[in-house]
Amino acid sequence: MSNAHDIQAHDDHSSHDHHEHHHKDTFITKYIFSIDHKMIAKQYLLTGIFMGIIGVGMSLLFRLQLAWPEQSFKVFSFFLGEKMAPNGVMTNEAYLSLITIHGTIMVFFVLTAALSGTFSNLLIPLQLGARDMASGFLNMVSYWLFFLSSVVMVSSLFIESGPANAGWTIYPPLSALPQAISGSGLGMTLWLVSMAIFIAASLMGSLNYIVTVINLRTKGMSMTRMPLTIWAFFVTAIIGVVSFPVLLSAALLLIMDRSFGTSFFLSDIYLAGEVLNYQGGSPVLFEHLFWFLGHPEVYIILLPALGITSEVIATNSRKPIFGYRAMIMSILAIAFLSTIVWGHHMFISGMNPFLGSVFTFTTLLIAIPSAVKAFNYITTLWKGNLQLNPAMLFSIGLVSTFITGGLTGIILGDSTLDINVHDTYFVVAHFHLVMGISALYGMFAGIYHWYPKMFGRMLNKTLGYVHFWVTAICAYGVFFPMHFIGMAGLPRRYYENTNFPLFDDLQDVNVVITTFALIGGAFQLVFLYNFFSSIFYGKRTVQNPWRSNTLEWTAPIEHIHGNWPGEIPEVYRWPYDYSKPGHDEDFVPQNVPMKPGEEVLHH
Amino acid sequence: MTSLLILLVLILLSVALWQLTKIFDLTQVGKNKVNNQVADDNDNKVNGYLSFGFLAFIYIITIYCIVNYGKFPLMSNAASVHGKEVDNLMWISMILIFVVQTITQGLLFYFSYKYRGKKGQVATYFSDNNKLEFIWSSIPAIVLAVLIFFGLYSWTDIMFINEKVEKPIVIEIYAQQFKWTARYSGQDNVLGKANVRLIEGVNVLGVDLSDPNAQDDIVSDELHLPKGQKVIFKIRSQDVLHSMYMPHFRAQMNCVPGMVTQFGFTPSITTVEMRETPDMVEKVANINKIRESKSVELVAEGKTALDPYTFDFLLLCNKICGASHYNMQMKIVVDTPQDYKKWLSGKTSLIQSVKTAALEDAKPKDGEAKTSKMDSMPVKKDSSLMASQEPTK
Repeated sequence: MSNAHDIQAHDDHSSHDHHEHHHKDTFITKYIFSIDHKMIAKQYLLTGIFMGIIGVGMSLLFRLQLAWPEQSFKVFSFFLGEKMAPNGVMTNEAYLSLITIHGTIMVFFVLTAALSGTFSNLLIPLQLGARDMASGFLNMVSYWLFFLSSVVMVSSLFIESGPANAGWTIYPPLSALPQAISGSGLGMTLWLVSMAIFIAASLMGSLNYIVTVINLRTKGMSMTRMPLTIWAFFVTAIIGVVSFPVLLSAALLLIMDRSFGTSFFLSDIYLAGEVLNYQGGSPVLFEHLFWFLGHPEVYIILLPALGITSEVIATNSRKPIFGYRAMIMSILAIAFLSTIVWGHHMFISGMNPFLGSVFTFTTLLIAIPSAVKAFNYITTLWKGNLQLNPAMLFSIGLVSTFITGGLTGIILGDSTLDINVHDTYFVVAHFHLVMGISALYGMFAGIYHWYPKMFGRMLNKTLGYVHFWVTAICAYGVFFPMHFIGMAGLPRRYYENTNFPLFDDLQDVNVVITTFALIGGAFQLVFLYNFFSSIFYGKRTVQNPWRSNTLEWTAPIEHIHGNWPGEIPEVYRWPYDYSKPGHDEDFVPQNVPMKPGEEVLHH
Repeated sequence: MTSLLILLVLILLSVALWQLTKIFDLTQVGKNKVNNQVADDNDNKVNGYLSFGFLAFIYIITIYCIVNYGKFPLMSNAASVHGKEVDNLMWISMILIFVVQTITQGLLFYFSYKYRGKKGQVATYFSDNNKLEFIWSSIPAIVLAVLIFFGLYSWTDIMFINEKVEKPIVIEIYAQQFKWTARYSGQDNVLGKANVRLIEGVNVLGVDLSDPNAQDDIVSDELHLPKGQKVIFKIRSQDVLHSMYMPHFRAQMNCVPGMVTQFGFTPSITTVEMRETPDMVEKVANINKIRESKSVELVAEGKTALDPYTFDFLLLCNKICGASHYNMQMKIVVDTPQDYKKWLSGKTSLIQSVKTAALEDAKPKDGEAKTSKMDSMPVKKDSSLMASQEPTK
């Protein structure tokens, strides 16, 4: 499928080769302390993949414990060592550490930093027609702070008293008092330090994205001609700037309580045979602060994934995304509502039940824009000419898990129904499908789609198909049955259920879940192999392999500082002119001027 | 044995992977085209059919789970009055969810199959339709409005209890790592004041013994409730967050150190009656079958067999609270009001226990250091200590 259109466009540009930004790079300035957004994107991606391997690996370990409680496994001895797994049997504290760090790594380090960091960095300048981010230096600092926070988080795994194990939500007093659980000593200190650095990194990144989107759009790129990816990244960055500082203050106050004897979150505690000196604080305050970030965080994770799939689905359907304006409106509505629904994590926390009513109301409201998005995706597929590339399959997979996981949100968002499923495996199944698996699919879709842009080579599609189908089946295999054991009243974060004969009949289900998890986990190796081998041996790409409209495909394959040799492309149309009647090709890139008399839609 | 099993699984997986790759490659045979790693018509065809297959998979796993695991969800047989209301709402929401799920997944994967790319096929340029957008914004809005209305009605009903009018029995639930204690308010139905700073000796809940309301308070390790009478739980925690979870009563509330939270309900069925319901008989029989077969294995390994199971209502901890969070429970017994009264009158009041303890202290046995009850129950931090304290499995 050679594309004369592109090659010609490329030739036009290379004829006037200015290269004003091009200068000799040393290894260090090119690969390590790079200020080029494309390199920083790759750095984020590689760090994220590394953290992802740790996070997913941990989940496989504790799934083994849940299916075969207190059995001895060689893998436990190997990975956890004699202290956390004496004779190969995982201890209860090690189990809690694993779930805590699994949650932290997946939520913050993989799905926030790696997903947003990779694709915001890669695509914002390229799709807007900018030479680079507004501040390349800030961007570099942002990555290296992220890297530092990853190092601190990983290093906490190796300390004597063990990593944090109060759950990823680190509710005090458990997280504040080392007497309460061993991980709340140095492990929790490192966790808090790591997260504080992480938040700084995230804020620098987000501010940069916002400024770039507002200021550095190329000529003709009005806000309503931006691809939905950019809209998603832009709004995500805004939510991040609004909510992450609140987590920082919560973390700072918690550090004060832990180390300097203040009582922000602690009161009336009798522990290990003595009364502690804390008076007047409230753990519920911490819950409010945590979820004020924690809930928008869900959308910080999800919106970029939805942005990516909007782009991938439109390109591969060879059809305009359905309801472009409605999609933008939904993104904005979701962003706004996401900041006023945090209380649905706290219906039974002891806060005033009337507040619970208010949060039920706002929570169920957020289902409306989410539903609109899902319907719009489905309508985009309708009467398309679907090119089922791996990225497209992952996008369709995302819509599927987004619907399945989103629907159970109706149960959890309803305070009455939440009473009995709160903190059970029903919740675990819900949020893993709706934000975990969905966002991972979005990330995979992005990787398969923009891999040629990042590495100049193609990923192997056959391995991509194997990766997708096995992952898709295993994801449902893991999380679908999980709803049922949750509704049976099985609490999450239990090391084992053998102390409750009541739950004996659920053990088989846990074995099924673990089996699917192990298979699904093993098949991620296919992806890793594909990813790393294709960097060196993949098929060389053409400039615009997916025949896409957006500006990144008008830039040459070879990465250069400043993205485009010569002039920055000018934009004349929205990015979704696929299969537009009156054109020879089934796509019209944004930098192609309107034909005389061509109809302009009011999108 | 396990390592062998794992090895076997790994080998089988790699074989499966190799075969899958083979299959995908075979579908390419004879195409004789440059493979530029972009989906061609053949890929579209294969993956289009797989999409359809995947839709079948979703439906099958749904049906499989409902048939095999459908008995697990606590959506019937609620043991409290408000539980019926909760279950109703759960059924309505669940049915709605299943209908929407079936239709949307059906459309999604059917379209993926139906409109799979073919050379020469032209996609319809269809980018906007205000009427459609309006329809699918307003349908969810209306449906959700109904759900919200119903939900909030029940929520208000459950959460707002007018103690002056309804006069519920006041019981304190007291949480600590990793133990539950109940305190009954006695004849006056008012709990004595309490604070962790007053914990001393047998007075493990820190009750203010000088408070007149505390004089008839009764402390118990087992929770008894009368059928048909409203109870309200005043919930405290002495150390970290816990959550008082009583799944059969559709009741849950966090236990927060430094404040008193509350939750109230009316038990609607006694433990004895619950054990006799057909659902429960079946469930218990099934569990005992599982336990028996497990016992056979255990005995073969030279370990003790598992006790047979009889149903009891339980109070579980449902907020991560420390290393032994997974084993923090209390038995709940729902009695007839007569039996409840009888049980309660057989208990000694807290004041009485404190006095008895003081008398015993007055004549200390030689050489025995006086230890408060709390000191003999150290916080279980050490995991090796933990293991020895767990009940035999």
